[in-house]
Amino acid sequence: MAKGATKTPILELRDVHAEAGGTEILAGLSLRVGAGEVHAVMGPNGSGKSTLANVLAGRPSVHVTEGEVLFDGQDLTALSPEERAREGIFLAFQYPVEIPGVANMVFLKTAANALRKHRGEPELDAMDFLALLRDKAKLVDMDDKLMQRAVNEGFSGGEKKRNEILQMAILEPRLAVLDETDSGLDIDALRSVADGVNSLRNADRSMLVITHYQRLLDHIEPDHVHVLAGGRIVRSGGKELALELEERGYGWIENTTAQEARPG
Amino acid sequence: MNALAIARDRHLADYEGFAARLGKEPALVAAIRQQGARAFRRQGLPSRKLENWRYTNLGPLAKLQLGPASPNLQSPATASAGLSLGDSVARRFTLHDGRFAADRETDVTQDEGVEVQGLARLRRTAPEQAARLLSNTPIDEHPFAALNTAFLDDGALVRAPRGIFDERAIQLVVAAGAYPDPRVSHPRVLVVAEPMSHLTLILDFLNEGDGPGFTNAVTELHLAEDAVVQLVILQRERAQHFHIGGVFVHQERGSRFSCHTLSLGGALVRNDLSVQLAGEGAVSRLRGLFVAREGTVADNHTRVDHAVPHCESHELYKGIIGEGGRGVFHGHVIVQPDAQQTLAEQHNLNLLLGEKAEIDSRPQLEINADDVRCSHGSTIGQLDAEALFYLQSRAIDESGAREILTRAFAEEILAELPIPELRTSLEPVVAAELAGLQGN
Ligand SMILES: Nc1ncnc2c1ncn2[C@@H]1O[C@H](COP(=O)(O)OP(=O)(O)OP(=O)(O)O)[C@@H](O)[C@H]1O
Ligand SMILES: [Mg+2]
Repeated sequence: MAKGATKTPILELRDVHAEAGGTEILAGLSLRVGAGEVHAVMGPNGSGKSTLANVLAGRPSVHVTEGEVLFDGQDLTALSPEERAREGIFLAFQYPVEIPGVANMVFLKTAANALRKHRGEPELDAMDFLALLRDKAKLVDMDDKLMQRAVNEGFSGGEKKRNEILQMAILEPRLAVLDETDSGLDIDALRSVADGVNSLRNADRSMLVITHYQRLLDHIEPDHVHVLAGGRIVRSGGKELALELEERGYGWIENTTAQEARPG
Repeated sequence: MNALAIARDRHLADYEGFAARLGKEPALVAAIRQQGARAFRRQGLPSRKLENWRYTNLGPLAKLQLGPASPNLQSPATASAGLSLGDSVARRFTLHDGRFAADRETDVTQDEGVEVQGLARLRRTAPEQAARLLSNTPIDEHPFAALNTAFLDDGALVRAPRGIFDERAIQLVVAAGAYPDPRVSHPRVLVVAEPMSHLTLILDFLNEGDGPGFTNAVTELHLAEDAVVQLVILQRERAQHFHIGGVFVHQERGSRFSCHTLSLGGALVRNDLSVQLAGEGAVSRLRGLFVAREGTVADNHTRVDHAVPHCESHELYKGIIGEGGRGVFHGHVIVQPDAQQTLAEQHNLNLLLGEKAEIDSRPQLEINADDVRCSHGSTIGQLDAEALFYLQSRAIDESGAREILTRAFAEEILAELPIPELRTSLEPVVAAELAGLQGN
């Protein structure tokens, strides 16, 4: 069915179980994402979507207890969050963190240079970085003033989300996980964030787009849609699945049988 | 006899020798010295049994076989070790082991603007004035201020004449010289801000030797009506140096005082900052950043006395304590019965960077008036795990992320420093001090 199944996937999860705070949250989750594919992940509150994102990004409080998480065929769980980022994994946080006392600009430059160093490229000086930043900020229509302020501190919901996508643009990941990047955005902000994401879409960049709403998927058209419930994927399909969900709600899926779920 | 008593007697013996060497001197200043020596004899080096010294052990200081520093004015290294802020930003002077030396071989500077001169010179030219200025030190409550007074010789007098507004700051590099054996110096700084004057003063404390030594400083400030003084105390002595400093401030009506105390080095730093709000409408803004690392102590005692109505004090000290380091903050704000309409805030926030990092934080309010607005509090925390993960998820390695967040904790204090050039030139100093602080 999915073209991702035929290629070597860039990301592959095999029967992943993960716990946090002593409870199992992911309960046998399997997923394959091919290069350049966009997968949407939907599902009710508390179903484990952010936990999946955290498993990929390496949040220390989430532990994989069973199964495999492979990125480019390599075991991800052995890597620190910064190593994952350097390998090309990017998580746009559902709740971006405020860091008082660190200027956004300094943060962005430090991140960009950490990555460049890892790639053996020369670090950018202030001037070069500024040029890069100007260029990328345009993609998400981000106000210059936000560069001098502390990271996310006092940013509006929309400004925080734009800042996430700006970071994605600067870090140029191979796999971007967008965790409810659309939540809290007004129509204009949604459009500009979605435009930013679309402009970053290419054949070498895969995306996992976590969302509750079809309206984001109107802008960012997914190749596949998955429904997560109770810590596993209970249904997968094409983009029409999202439309169906929008109409019928999750209850409809929960009434269907496990056989319909996408095999691992 | 214990080490503290032995050390006291050694200081007193040195005092006798010092007083004898001075020979014929105007009686006025000699009497002030004697009072200092007596007050020090009575109090000695304070033991940990005293409330004010409970968390700071002076044993290691007492065990140094300290001799008096004998400054060599020919030594050229000192001045250049001070932060370089540029001539247009600050006029630079030096106290070398307590002895005044202007950067450009002049004692008194230009007639317009802030006046800076050596206290030894003032003692010769205007002994009465000198005696008057030097007789307000609280030697009975502060044994080290008493000791400093006993060794009163030279120092710096900074005078901002009435109504003066000098764009340029005064930078006073207070340097302890390098010696083959441990030495003590007693630098003394007097600041007189006349009515409506504006003054920015940077006290840049450092030492030149790598071995142990001791700087025992006293700084006194008098702010007349509507004077505005911004004081920055920068302590960046090397790892084996001890620093004890008393800063005593008197504020008249409508005066505004701000003080940034940055303790960024040394084996032991003990600061006693005492502010008396003696005239209505006086405002004091006290900021501190202290860093303690493995085996070092940064101890801050502050006292703000609201003696009259309608004054404000705003105090914020931040401590960064590395593994094996110890920090102390004791703040005491007193609102006297008459001091209605007082606004007083006092906060101490601390970052502990290791399991064996220690802080003793005690903000204390003593309120004897009813119509006041006062707040105080302290927090002790670690680096925010959420922020660490966020930075790491952006390819920044863990140690880099920790350094960024530690520096961020200090930012609130550093951002408020009065001169942009000072902030810039301090950046590498702060970075060096914060490097390698992280435990696990
Ligand atoms: N550290 C933790 N300790 C205990 N429980 C946790 C922890 N992290 C997540 N959980 C729980 O795991 C479940 C899944 O959480 P998760 O954040 O992955 O859900 P989600 O699908 O992203 O929900 P939402 O749509 O509301 O964002 C929730 O019940 C949550 O409370
Ligand atoms: Mg979530």
